[in-house]
Amino acid sequence: MRVKYFAWVRERVGVAEETVEPPADVRTVNDLIGWLSSRGEAYAYAFEKPKVIRAAIDQAHVKPDAVIAGAREIAFFPPMTGG
Amino acid sequence: MSVTATIRIQEADFDVAQEIAALSKGRTDVGAVVTFSGICRGSENGEPIAALTLEHYPGMAEAEIGRHADEALSRWPLQGLTIIHRFGRIAPGENIVLVAAASPHRQAAFEAAEFLMDYLKTNAPFWKREESEKGTSWVEARDHDDAAAARWTKP
Repeated sequence: MRVKYFAWVRERVGVAEETVEPPADVRTVNDLIGWLSSRGEAYAYAFEKPKVIRAAIDQAHVKPDAVIAGAREIAFFPPMTGG
Repeated sequence: MSVTATIRIQEADFDVAQEIAALSKGRTDVGAVVTFSGICRGSENGEPIAALTLEHYPGMAEAEIGRHADEALSRWPLQGLTIIHRFGRIAPGENIVLVAAASPHRQAAFEAAEFLMDYLKTNAPFWKREESEKGTSWVEARDHDDAAAARWTKP
């Protein structure tokens, strides 16, 4: 699946998007945050406060317990500040 | 007749007067057009700002604003609706966002415009970064914006 990062999450991770293949036991958005955090210091820094991070699956907002099976695109970003 | 919202996510500036005129041009049934335009301030907490840079999530920005526009059209008797949100670097005094709602009477247009702005602030995937003499920093989300959006949630 493709993972995208925006704003300071993108800056901390160091890439805007990438393709990842998490293991089968990574079921939810929260699991994916945990798994990504284990991939290195940059990820751990980006996701150090998981409660702050917002997520979208296929361009729609989802909660941390959303199941990621079947997702084409998952995005992580800070609270939005548009308008 | 069903009403379709005009939604534009763009880097270029826009002309507020032209957008208002477009909503009532050639028709005599529109009684009210309410507009909100968000403009880049030249200072924040007393500190001068050189510019804002808005990052957005292409695709989701259109989809998310479209969903809220459809909700507004279903909740209020609107005759026209225009939403424009810019991205990229925006200098103080320039437009950032426009919501313009047309209806036969003012109340629906006022409420729809306010509903849309409250949701855009908290749910549209845009992020502001401020440039000042001290460098650049991401603008933090505000709790009162979340509270403003929450009051529109149906019980």
